[in-house]
Amino acid sequence: MTSSEPPVLPTLLMFRVRELRFHAELRERYHVLDFFTSGEPLHGFLAAAAADPDPPRALVTAGGDSVSVDAAFLDAVPSLRFVFSTGAGLDHIDLDECARRGVAVANSGTVYSTDVADHAVGMLVDVLRRVSAAERFVRRGLWPLQGDYPLGTKLGGKRVGIIGLGNIGSLMAKRLEAFGCVIHYNSRKPKESVSYRYFTTVHDLASESDVLVVACVLSKETHHVVNRDVLDALGKDGIVINIGRGLNIDEAELVSALAEGRIAGAGLDVFEKEPKVPAELFSMDNVVLTHHCAAFTKESRSDLRDATIGNLEAFFSGKPLLTPVLPR
Amino acid sequence: MRRMKKINTPHHETPRHDSRDSPTHRQSPVTRAANQREVAHSGQRELSAKASREASFRISVMASSADEPLPALLLFRVREIDFHAALRERYRVLDFYTSGEALPAFLAAAAAAADPPRAALIVGGGTPARVDAAFLDAVPSLRFVFNTGAGMDHIDLAECARRGVAVANSGTVYSTDVADHAVGVLLDVLRRVSAAQRFLRRGLWPLQGDYHPLGTKVGGKRVGIIGLGNIGMLIAKRLQAFGCAISYNSRKPKESVSYKYFATVHDLASESDVLVVACALSKETRHVVNRDVLDALGKDGVVINIGRGPIIHEAELVAALREGRIAGAGLDVFEKEPKVPAELFSMDNVVLTPHVAVFTTESRSDLRDVAIGNLEAFFAGKPLLTPVLPRSWLVEQSVA
Repeated sequence: MTSSEPPVLPTLLMFRVRELRFHAELRERYHVLDFFTSGEPLHGFLAAAAADPDPPRALVTAGGDSVSVDAAFLDAVPSLRFVFSTGAGLDHIDLDECARRGVAVANSGTVYSTDVADHAVGMLVDVLRRVSAAERFVRRGLWPLQGDYPLGTKLGGKRVGIIGLGNIGSLMAKRLEAFGCVIHYNSRKPKESVSYRYFTTVHDLASESDVLVVACVLSKETHHVVNRDVLDALGKDGIVINIGRGLNIDEAELVSALAEGRIAGAGLDVFEKEPKVPAELFSMDNVVLTHHCAAFTKESRSDLRDATIGNLEAFFSGKPLLTPVLPR
Repeated sequence: MRRMKKINTPHHETPRHDSRDSPTHRQSPVTRAANQREVAHSGQRELSAKASREASFRISVMASSADEPLPALLLFRVREIDFHAALRERYRVLDFYTSGEALPAFLAAAAAAADPPRAALIVGGGTPARVDAAFLDAVPSLRFVFNTGAGMDHIDLAECARRGVAVANSGTVYSTDVADHAVGVLLDVLRRVSAAQRFLRRGLWPLQGDYHPLGTKVGGKRVGIIGLGNIGMLIAKRLQAFGCAISYNSRKPKESVSYKYFATVHDLASESDVLVVACALSKETRHVVNRDVLDALGKDGVVINIGRGPIIHEAELVAALREGRIAGAGLDVFEKEPKVPAELFSMDNVVLTPHVAVFTTESRSDLRDVAIGNLEAFFAGKPLLTPVLPRSWLVEQSVA
């Protein structure tokens, strides 16, 4: 796939950009080395990229478990000076290693925040009011046979505990307040500009919440932050919403809590081993399951293309990045 | 049938006594009329001995309270046990649902009783009882109708007004839950939440990857609300928090409101991305969302209905969806519930719920409170809590 002529366009390493229009727009501007279409294993692919007459100075990656931008990766492509992550999360990038080597990093900024917040609220309403479950009831033709459907529960007055009050958490809070929910939160430290009640631990947050929302990044500290203890504190009328990362929750504990009725329901957009979803969840009517699509609307795809190209252009022309993560 | 057993249980728990003495019985003061009813009751027991089997059954229903001066109450379709029990504690309940009779016979028997009912409680939606001239002729003793539903289209309000029959409904008990459900359904349609679930639950994620139609952003959508009453206003407030732009149509513009007003539903639809039906069903609103309005809404448009099925021309809606002339729909109500047009079942861009917008455990409890509150007020000659017919009628009521 490498060109034998001197490249006119700057070389760009690409991982997991599969959307056709996005791919085409990047190929108009850059000499794209696409891992997905190379057919090679990662090691061979990176070695070939590094050996390119104009080795790549920039990388676009969607994240996910396939590629980790870590020390070994950066060693394999020493020409790399800039990493752009199209995803909302950064857990697939070793930021310390990048900082150490002076590799700049940018991400999609707040491109996705609103859509993720909207999706999270949509799932929350769905679980409390049993919208999708009622839908299945109707589609199976049960309405004429079985009459009315089980009651949902009112949104107003519900205490929603948000783990992580960043962009997404704040947007969710604003929406939920319009329904009359009471907002509680936990984060590394309290936010001064905010009037919601702060809890220093996730356990305490859960014990005073009816709905627990995971809206934080995945890190060493937040790995399995929702565990058995937290689920017990949430209690049998509580529900969990996850639009962070699957690993934020101890999935096995969550599934058994649901199976045993120790919590009342869940709305999950992310899972520990996507696209694998624990099979027990498929038979449950009190869970809402979506395929890691909270960030993805037609509009956010378009916004993402703009943000990606905007940051890449800034990098290649030596201008400040639009949505930098590093340097801080 | 389970309830019949409960009704036939001998009334061990209610010894013969004046209900005024019991703290758990209804709190309203017993009027002279109630004393008169006490006399009438013993006469009624004699009457019932000669009555038909059905009337005897009804009397046995009332046996537990026959010795107490409880007012008679006509009841249509209260199936919830707690609610039914709460009503039976306070009233001599004449329950159409358990009578086993046809409506005309049931009403005739109620009217022929020594203390015919002055009040009726109706659960709207699907009940065969339409409170119209024929109904009111059949039970001339009726002076008050309480409707538990949000919709009033099965009650001939003009006829009630003409005869001085007061009417109350559930007021705003349901409004928030209906608004929340409407927004939930709207989010589901736009963000394809239920469709994603079908995708996942069929095991398609590992097979097809992320390939699945994308949803569309909620913020910035122009939402046109037909009917800006309690429910419409609550929907507007919620959607504003998502960054939607709100406009509306109603009989006349609301002065206290800053949303853009459109004089016709057609014009509203032509400048909306989402059309929300949140109005009552009436002669004027029947089929108001028709082919013309759907065309004005356009192929990217979405329709949400939490009003009444007949407000939308259902066949035209189904055709528009089938032909891709609109983008999707979220429907909690249908023209002939519980019948849902079969074509909708094969569509991934529609969300269908079985008329559940009002159904939360909290609103059930609130409904019991407001129903009994209104009935107590009526029987005590006090102003109704949530009247539908003008208050002037109520003044006349208490004097009579």
